[in-house]
Order: sequence, then structure tokens, then C-alpha cells
Amino acid sequence: MSTTVSEARPSAPGFLSEVLYLSRRYPLGVAGALIMVTFVLCAIFADYVAPLDPFSTNARSSLAKPSEVNLLGADMMGRDVLSRIIHGARVSLAVAVGATVLGSGIGAAVGLACGYLGGWFDLIVQRVTEVMDALPLLVMALVITASLGPSLRNTIIAIAIPLVPHVARVIRSNVLALREMPFVEAAKATGMSEMRIAVVHVLPNTLAPLIVLATAQLGSTILTEASLSFLGLGVPEPYPSWGRMLSESAAEYVRTAPWLVIFPGLAISLVVFGSNLTGDALRDALDPRQHD
Amino acid sequence: MAPVLEVSGLSTVFHTRRGLVRAVQDVSFAVNAGETLAIVGESGCGKTITALSLMRLVPMPPGEIAAGSVKVDGTDLLKLSDNEMREMRGSKIAMIFQEPMTALNPLLTVGNQIEEMVVLHDKCSREVARKRAVEMLHHVRIPEPDRRAREYPHQLSGGMRQRAMIAMALACRPKVLVADEPTTALDVTIQAQILDLIGDLQREFGTAVVLITHDLGVVAETAKRVVVMYAGRKVEEAPVEEIFARPYHPYMQGLMNSIPRVGSARGLDVAPDERLQEISGIVPPLNDLPPGCAFEPRCTKADARCKTQRPELATKAPDHIAACWLA
Repeated sequence: MSTTVSEARPSAPGFLSEVLYLSRRYPLGVAGALIMVTFVLCAIFADYVAPLDPFSTNARSSLAKPSEVNLLGADMMGRDVLSRIIHGARVSLAVAVGATVLGSGIGAAVGLACGYLGGWFDLIVQRVTEVMDALPLLVMALVITASLGPSLRNTIIAIAIPLVPHVARVIRSNVLALREMPFVEAAKATGMSEMRIAVVHVLPNTLAPLIVLATAQLGSTILTEASLSFLGLGVPEPYPSWGRMLSESAAEYVRTAPWLVIFPGLAISLVVFGSNLTGDALRDALDPRQHD
Repeated sequence: MAPVLEVSGLSTVFHTRRGLVRAVQDVSFAVNAGETLAIVGESGCGKTITALSLMRLVPMPPGEIAAGSVKVDGTDLLKLSDNEMREMRGSKIAMIFQEPMTALNPLLTVGNQIEEMVVLHDKCSREVARKRAVEMLHHVRIPEPDRRAREYPHQLSGGMRQRAMIAMALACRPKVLVADEPTTALDVTIQAQILDLIGDLQREFGTAVVLITHDLGVVAETAKRVVVMYAGRKVEEAPVEEIFARPYHPYMQGLMNSIPRVGSARGLDVAPDERLQEISGIVPPLNDLPPGCAFEPRCTKADARCKTQRPELATKAPDHIAACWLA
């Protein structure tokens, strides 16, 4: 009897059936993932997907309304908005994902070390993060880019660093609670080293808040990049980024040519929305307590 | 036969803001292979700290193992370096905890957690460790061990989780198993099964077990020797039949009197309205012990000498020691 039961349960379900199961269980998460995948594919194959050249100016189509030629309209210099959004996905996604992963990664490591080690290390690092937290994100990013010089890599670094204290604080508080859990003591009783316990037992248990935090940060990193680019410290012109497209046109053209504001804004919203949906589903999918 | 575990003069203190708390003072005992020694006493008497001291898992600071030795197979654990001690934990001396619900990591499968420790100590491949984990789950009589190994702790019942904990503790065949109230969080029928299981595995593997409990019923069923602790000190020690037949220390007598007897309520051997006796008062604070016998404030028989002089452990009968002036 028992053998038939265990045989009926496939030990390693196929990839396809796994995908089907997940899409039935987390329809919103799959929708979010589809949005993200679409944007990523657009970014990678921008040269083939974009209908027009995002850089070529055209005086005749300056501020052209959305039409058959310019599906989402054109900007002041007559550059196609759709093409610029598709190409801009490269910069925006690279910055958003790069800065979030970098910032969250360092933050998680710092938080784990602080919470697990405690003592003077924790004390000093906490004071440093508080000082960092006292500075507005944009000001700090400005200082960092100003000293490193504008480039894609430096923009990512400049946006990632202000994220660190934020993530570190959340992870630290989680670790402080987890450190006292009986399974940590039990792990010690099995002879595991502190380092291994921190990585194998404690870190995975902080994944849920980390994912939620990271997906929530994704949107704000895109907007920070926009501000940096607007001030000339982000990714240099003429390369398009959503943030700069939005911020350049927001003041001047919001009434006369609203498509210059709406569509880049929509792209940012969609990515944030998609990443949040994916993140939520991911958090649930990675928690074994949510399955049976 | 030399005892597998030999504890002598163990003292553990905590440096707190309110002064030095002597949680465990001068505790000695020895356990032979395949034997069970029970440490009994009420909450706060130092049982758990004794257990943690054996594992060297007392949080330091504020704790400190101030004196004594803990010898496993002749090796003094208290003299080992941190790394050497880590090697011993799990392989030579293992521990199971009171709370099976939270003593397993919720995010790792049960099999995985056993594997982790087998790989750690036996330095074998994952494959071998996985087989060993399933084998251990089979040993602790978990049905369908193959499937259960791939399940997460929340999918197991409390009793099964405790079995899994035992499987983990015994996976590397430790010489000594420290069981800190292993059945307290379980219901009575499961308790009996777990105790039977520990007994069977103990016989099979020749493990020496130190059983920490406050349940005298459990003691009577499983232990060969009993150590009674009060306020951080050992106050009585004897083989189990002896101590139940002739408890010398008034504290142990009080403990015995506080157990309800089947039939007593129906008046078979006692008056029907007889109340269960309790030991009045509470354990004195460990940072402010009375100068004499620690039990004196609660003792019904105490006299002037008990107030001022602390009784040392003395032999009251063959193989039976107790620390009391009056016994």
C-alpha cells in the first residue's frame, strides 16, 4: 500500500508540468513574470524590435501625435517614442535590476553579519548605516556619481549604495529573531560552524522580506536613475532611458504632447507592477509551508 | 567498565547585572554505555544549563563554565578548542531538544537536515548521506522514510518531528545523547512511544543517555540512575528503584508526595478527601542563596543547623548519596 502511494507521487515532475502547476497556482505571478520577460526580451533584441531608429532626428515629425508611423508619437526632435522606450529598456532595466541586486545583496550580507555577530561590529555598522540613512537617496547618489563620473556602471553603483542601509536594517532585525530560534541551537548541537549556520539556516529564512523589499525598490531605482540622468549625472545622452524621457518632457510638454509623458511613465509602472507580482509569487513559491 | 560520560565538579555561572548567578555548582555524575541517567528537578534548578554545559552550548558571555570536567571516553570536552568541540558535537555527544516544533529549520527538508550533519562529520558524499538519512528515519520507525525525507518539518506531526530529531541526533552514532525534556511538548501516548524508541536505539547503539526531565513517571520508566538537582546543586543520587523506595532528601520526598496516585481519589488506600501535597514556596533566587541548605526555607523538617551550614553530599545507604543534615 505504502509503496503504491510513494510511487504515485512523481519524485521529479517535468519542467512543463511544473510550469503548468505554478501558473495555475500563481496566475498573477505568471502574469508579472510575462511582463518582465517581455521587457527583458525587448531590451535584448531592441535593435530588431524597435520599428525606427531611436537616435535619428526628424524635424517634420517633431512632437508628432501617435500615428501609423510613430505608434506612440514622437518627441521634440522627432525621435520615435516607441523605439526610444524599447531601447530605453536596456538602460532602465540594467539600472533597476543591477542596482537592486547589488544593493540588496550587500545589504543582506551586512544585515546578516550585524544580526548574527552582534557586539561591537553590529554597533559600528549600525551607526554608519544610520548616517547613510540620514542623507536623502538622491543627494547621496548625486555625490557618488559626481565623484565617479557618469556612466552606466557608476549609475548602478550610485543607486545601489543608498539601498544598502535600508535592506541591512530589515535583514538584521529578522536575523536577530531567527538567531534565537531553537533550530539554530539545534544546528549548533550537531556541530555546524557559525558561518555555516548563518548561511544554511538563517539566511534562507530572511528570503521572504528580502524579496518583497527588493521588488519594492525596483521602481524607485528607475526613478532615481531618471533624476540622475535629468541632472546630467546618469547615463549620458543621447542614449534613451525611461526616466530621462519622462523627466525631460514632464514640465514642458505634459499639456501639448502628453504621449511623451504617458508612455514612458506607463513603461515604468508596468515594470514595477510586473516585478511586484513576480516577487510576491516568488516569495510564496519559495516558502515550503505554502505547499503540500 | 569505565563510564562513557564522566562529569565531575561541573560549575556554570552567569555574569549578570545583578551579580554572579551560580546556575550549576559542583555537579558530578557518570553514565555507562547503554545506560540512562535521569536528572530531575523543578524549573530553574539548573537541569537545562547542566545539559547545555555538557554540549558547551551555554551562551558565553554572559555564561561561563567556571570549573569541572566533562569527559567523554576520557576526553575532557572543557579543555578542547572551539573547533575541536565542534567536531565532537553530533559525532560523540548529541542533543535533542524540548521543542520538536521549532528545533527543525522550516525551510529545509527533514532528510536534508540529517544529511547536512552526516556530511559534516563523516565527510562522505551527499549520496551516501542521503541514504544514511533515510536509513535513520527508518530506524526511528517513521513510515515511508523515503518520502518523509523529502518532506518539510511542517508536514510532519509533533511526534514524527521528535523522531526526526532523534534520527538526526543519532545519525553519527554518538557515544552520549543528552535529551532535554524530549517528551514534554508531546501528548502522553506519543511520549511513551518516544521513550520506548530512545530506549531501543540506546540498546542497539550502546548510547549513554542523559535524560533531563521533571516527570518522575518518565524517570521510573526509563532511567537506571537518578540525580536530583535543587538550586543548581546535586542533592541526591541513587539507582532508580532505591530512590523511589527510600528518598532521603526532603525535596525528593516532597516531589514524590506531589505525584497523584491512581486510586487515591477513590479512597483505596488513602482518605478520599486527602489533598495532593505540594512543596510550598519557590526556588530561592540563584544569585541570593541562603547560607545554609538551599532547601531550608521550604523544608518542613529544617532546624537551626540547616539555616547556617550547608550539608555536603554524604552516603546514606549503599550507592545512595544525599545532601541533608537530617536524613
